[in-house]
Amino acid sequence: MGRVTSPAPVEIERTESAEEVFAVPEPDVPWVTIVHNDPVNLMSYVTYVFQTYFGYTKDKATKLMMDVHHKGRAVVSSGSREEMERDVQAMHGYGLWATLQQDRK
Amino acid sequence: MPGHFEPLPGGGAAVALDDVEISIIRSLAVQLLELVGPGPAEDAPDDPLAELFAEGPSEPPADPVLKRLFPDAYSDPEGTPGPKAAEEQKAYSSEFRRFTENDLRAGKRENALAVIRSLDALSPAGDGGAVLKLAQGESQQWLGALNDLRLAIGSRLDITAEEDTDLLYRLPDEDPRKPMVMAYLWLGGLQETLVTTLLP
Repeated sequence: MGRVTSPAPVEIERTESAEEVFAVPEPDVPWVTIVHNDPVNLMSYVTYVFQTYFGYTKDKATKLMMDVHHKGRAVVSSGSREEMERDVQAMHGYGLWATLQQDRK
Repeated sequence: MPGHFEPLPGGGAAVALDDVEISIIRSLAVQLLELVGPGPAEDAPDDPLAELFAEGPSEPPADPVLKRLFPDAYSDPEGTPGPKAAEEQKAYSSEFRRFTENDLRAGKRENALAVIRSLDALSPAGDGGAVLKLAQGESQQWLGALNDLRLAIGSRLDITAEEDTDLLYRLPDEDPRKPMVMAYLWLGGLQETLVTTLLP
């Protein structure tokens, strides 16, 4: 398991760059979690995940699933960056293909 | 009904499996377990803190199945970022990976292990088949594992668009991919009927 230990200099660099990034002043722009279409995941399963994890109603979960299916993607949640990272991690746990980004419109 | 989960009164689900089906699911789950890999600290069982502090990898996995199971969190597949934004997304994605991939792998391992455990606990009927009964929590673990198995097989079969699935239905019998396609479709039926038992 050599991959889990990185050499120290790399770690220090990464930490610094991450801190710089957090300092970028754009706090009012929310982040969003996007779920992308995937020909393997069943429509019923995707709906189930949206109902179970987010607690959405069957109607809302179904509508989001249909958006993913027909438009190729759907915004399934929004909030702080930390919250969206949690949601993306959960989606990956369920096997859904999700990403997060800042919602610049 | 063979190949179909049915809801049990009071919660949970049941399916009748024959001995071949049991051995196929078990063997696929073992392969998934091997692919997802051991925990980060299993080399050093004497140190219980090692796993807690172990960081995950920062680079995406090379294997296409693992890449699908653990995708980059910050790369929009439809986005066309400039060089600076692309660099930034890559850095965020690897940071995310370092702090989440070990946990995600552990979760998928748990689900696959739950599948193997429940199959090993079956008491076979005279013909080698058995009725698998799952409590609700086990159903959820099976659901996750069935999905991971289908993602893995789908990735090996190179299913990347809806049309690919249609093509697979029409493969000639002599095609070497045929057995894997049959397994993929059969697991899809199992997952579809299992999720129906869990939907409120």
